[in-house]
Parts: sequence; C-alpha cells; structure tokens
Amino acid sequence: MSHQLRSTGVIALLTLREAARRKVVLALAALTVLLLGLAGWGFWRLGAELTSGEARVAASQVLNLVLFGLSLIAALGTAFLTGPTVAGETESGAALAVLARPVRRSAYLLGKWLGLAVFGGTYVVVAAFALCLVVLWAVGYWPPDPVAGLLLLAGQTVVLLTLALLLSTAVSPMASGVVAVGLFGATWISGVVGGVGSALGNEGVARVGEVSRVVLPTDGLWRGAMHAFQDPTALAAMGQGAEAFPFLSVSSPTPLYLLWSAVWVAMVLWVATTAFARKDL
Amino acid sequence: MSPGEHPTAEGSPATSPAVWCSHLRKRFRRHQAVHDVSLQVGRGEVVGLLGPNGAGKTTVIKMLLGLVRPDSGEVLLLGRPVDDPAARAGVGYLPELFRYQPWLTAAEVVALHARLSGASVPAAEQRDRLALVGLGQRGDDRVGGFSKGMQQRLGLAVALVARPAFVVLDEPTSALDPVGRADVRDVVLGLREQGTAVLLNSHLIGEVERVCDRVVILDRGRVAAAGTLAELLGQRRLRLELSGVTAAAEQRLAATGPVEREGDTWTVALTALPEGDQGDDGGRVPALVRDLAALGVAVHAVEPVRVSLEERLLGILRHPDGHPDAQPQHQEASR
Repeated sequence: MSHQLRSTGVIALLTLREAARRKVVLALAALTVLLLGLAGWGFWRLGAELTSGEARVAASQVLNLVLFGLSLIAALGTAFLTGPTVAGETESGAALAVLARPVRRSAYLLGKWLGLAVFGGTYVVVAAFALCLVVLWAVGYWPPDPVAGLLLLAGQTVVLLTLALLLSTAVSPMASGVVAVGLFGATWISGVVGGVGSALGNEGVARVGEVSRVVLPTDGLWRGAMHAFQDPTALAAMGQGAEAFPFLSVSSPTPLYLLWSAVWVAMVLWVATTAFARKDL
Repeated sequence: MSPGEHPTAEGSPATSPAVWCSHLRKRFRRHQAVHDVSLQVGRGEVVGLLGPNGAGKTTVIKMLLGLVRPDSGEVLLLGRPVDDPAARAGVGYLPELFRYQPWLTAAEVVALHARLSGASVPAAEQRDRLALVGLGQRGDDRVGGFSKGMQQRLGLAVALVARPAFVVLDEPTSALDPVGRADVRDVVLGLREQGTAVLLNSHLIGEVERVCDRVVILDRGRVAAAGTLAELLGQRRLRLELSGVTAAAEQRLAATGPVEREGDTWTVALTALPEGDQGDDGGRVPALVRDLAALGVAVHAVEPVRVSLEERLLGILRHPDGHPDAQPQHQEASR
C-alpha cells in the first residue's frame, strides 16, 4: 500500500476518532433517541386511533416526515463537523504540522472526506433503520424497499458533506456549515415548489425543482429515499395531488440520476482537492 | 556552494544541502512579503534565521516546506523538489502557530506524526521523545488541557519523532519559560552533535548566537546579511586606557587598525584575521602592549570589546544601505 493511501486511511480514522472524542456521536445519539421516542409515541397513537388500512397510509407519510427530521439532523451534524475539521484545522494551525509531513494535500482531504462519509452514512443508516423498526412495532408497517431507501439517505448525506468540504477549503468553518445547510434547505424548498408546479401542470415552476435537483443532488436522492419508504397505496390515495405533497414521492431516481450524483460528488471532491492544494497555509 | 548555484549539479539527494532555495518571491494581495530570498542550510549545519517582525521569516520557512506556494523561485528540500511529498519525509517542523488536536493525548499526537512520516518508530522511542521535552509523565493526558508552553514542548517532540535529517524550528521558545528555553537550546545542541541540520527562527539573539553555525538576516523580505558568526562578528575591538601617548605611540596604534580616541580611552578596531588564525589573535594584542610600553606609554587597562550579534543585527537593520560592516548576501563566503 502506498504511503499516500495509508495516510488517507490514517486521516479517515483520525476524523472518526475526532467525531467520537468531541462527543458528536453522543449528541447525535441523544437527539436521535429523542426523535425516535417521540415518533414511536406518535405512531402508536396513530395505530390506536385509525383502522389498520388508514394507519398504513398515514404511517408511510409520517415515516417520511420523521425521516426528513433525521436527514436534517445528519445534514446539520456532518455540515457542522466538516467545517471545523478542515477549515478549523487550517485556521488554527493544526493542519500545518500534519501537512509538513510527506502527505499529499489531496490524501489529507480525501481522508477527511472518507472519515466524514463513513460517519454520516453510518449514522443515517442506523438511525433510519431504527425508525423503521419503531414503525413496524407501532403500526405493523414495513417499507417496500428499505435497503434502497437507506442507501439513498446515506448518499444524500455524502453529497451534502462533500459540498461542505468544498466550502470549508474556501471559507471560515462557521460559514461553510451555514452555507451548506442553507443550500440543502433551499434545494429542498425548490423541490417542493417544483412538485407543486408539476401537480398544477405548470412546466416553468416544475423546472425549478428539476434544475435544483441537478445542481445539488440532495433533494433528488431524498425523493428517491421517500419513494422507497412509502406505501404505494398512499400515492394512489392522494391521486393527482400527490406530487404537491412534500412527504410523498411519485418516482424513484433513474440510474442516470444516480450516476450523475456519483459524478457530482467526484467533481466537487476534485475541485475541493485542487483548491486545497493551491491554498497557502 | 553559494545559494545561487543549483545543488543537484553537484551531488545526489543524499549529499545535497538540507534545504536550498533560490530567488523566492511571495506576494499576499497588496503586500510583497518576500522579495528575493536565496539561502541554504547544509547537512548537519545549524542556521539561525533572524530579522524584525514582518521580515518574511515565517513565510520563507513555509515556502521551504511547501506549505506556501512561492510566486517564483525554486526550493530543493533534502535534494528533492519541494512539491514532491517524499521531500518532507526527513523533515521535522515546529510551526510558529503550534496547535495539535486537543482531543488526542500527547502520546497519540506523537504516534500520529510517526505514522504520517512513514518511518517506523517504536513506541519506546516515541515515549523517549516526549521525555526529552519534559512531557514524559504527561503522555496520556489530552492536549486540550495543556498550557501553551507544554503544547510547544509537544510540538518539539513531534518535530523530532521521525528521526529527521532536517529540523525547522519556527520560534520554538515563544511560549517557554527560561528553563524551557535552556532545554530547547540543549536539544538543538544535541541535534548538532548528531549531525542533524537545523533551521532556527528566533527573536532570542543570544540563543541563536550560542547554537548556530551560521546566521541569515532577513529584512523586509530580503536577505540583509548572511554568514558564519565569525564573518558577521569578525571585527573585534580593543579598548585601552593610556597616558603619556607620544606621536610614535599613536603611529603604533594606527598601524594595528582604525583608532578612535575619547580622552585617555583609545579604541582600536582589529581588522579581521584569516579564518583559522583567531586563537590568540595572532599575538597582536601582546605585541601592541609590549611596543606601547617600550615607547614609554603607561598602559592602565586593556579590554577586548566583543561586538555582540545583537549589535551587529541592529547595525545591519538600522543602516541597510551602505553600512560599512554590512555583508551583502552575494559576498557570503562559500562553505
């Protein structure tokens, strides 16, 4: 194994250790337990109040709503972890000693990315899986394609943290987190606006969502995840208006879109490493 | 070899200087931080980098290590171009802005740097490095709880952990107490004994004077002077308290060197002797005293006046143009 590859691994493990030692894991776990507890209570009430058929349809929508909460926690967590770990280390001088070692800057940045991707991806998969179990216990609903859904959620987290990584090579730690989360929110809203446009048959408004999903693939992957988690009968029940509803998705992402998302991540990573390699420390 | 010559023409990476740079320039937005710096540190040589705040010392050091990209100029680190990461494998660096992962323990920081350096350093040797800088008992404590001085000591251990051939210390004593400073001095002297090259940037001139073979003085982004301590401090003076000085005695004094008189105090500047002939000052002082006595002069006191590096530094920095003592960089004696 080359020294650069090994260095990438060392930095990735270091990033994971940082997440653990800085109590990010603890904070996320506490938030998640809180969210799961509230969701479990809500689903249990849902199961008690509605007939089993109604409960299934309602549960699949509420599941998507709670998953959105989870993905928001993951987005905030990784975006605000990425800033300090890259921009913060460069600003404070901690990166000086590390980068004076025989380590390529690209190896350093890829190591950070890998560590954050493993951390964010694992978190969102574990938390979302736990939520599915809670729903199964409360109302007996199991999503049609949980594996695809979990992977798409992890993909969404990776896309967002890659964006945060790029930003952190250029701006201050705090600004990179704020801008990344802001863009994530803006794309989601654009997606909702686009959905309303489709439902109303207005192509111009619908294009807002399509364009934003290409520019930042978080919303496209999120909609794919929702599609994998929701009950197909919910779509039928909503009919034409389903597209306008923010917590239902009418289609799963095409292979081309998944490929684009992978290319997007590779491209942004390349820009980030190039920018970082040119940076004066 | 002078800094102008390309070192690879003379030898392989193993014999090339620890660092060599030629005509480095760097501009940060509207500020030209480094104008034109060429310097080198030979293998096993301890070189001091001196100069006022804002002279560009830290920027030069960062360019030597590939942390800052020069606008123009060339750097060879241990015989390799600086943009080749392998060039940094034999380098230990204590940055001016020293900061280490606060969530790691001191031992973990040292282990991390050993791993990143690519050298296999046994755990016992890593602990020795911590002990060397006085952190032997604190290896298992988190860096976040360390004082600034302890973090700087840790930085020194980090710089030394991978058995470097070239150590760069940027203000290594800025946060240390007098004991710590003495420890750093001992570490540098130890490195010199082992044949490790050191580039030491420090404001503490006494420290530099004690440990360095050679000094490079930077001012406003340029090399104001460079040379061995003997070259820079070459001109020594002799202060004599005399009475009954005759014209013949005055001539005898003038024959030794330029003379200044203030009442009965006469100061003679001794011209520099060829290198290697400085032990007893060529017997010039005893001969002068003997001759003056023979000429009937009463010699009350004879006192050598050493020019300190500090005086030389201030002289060079305050009279950058045409100072009689200034040795422009291109006149630097080759080593």
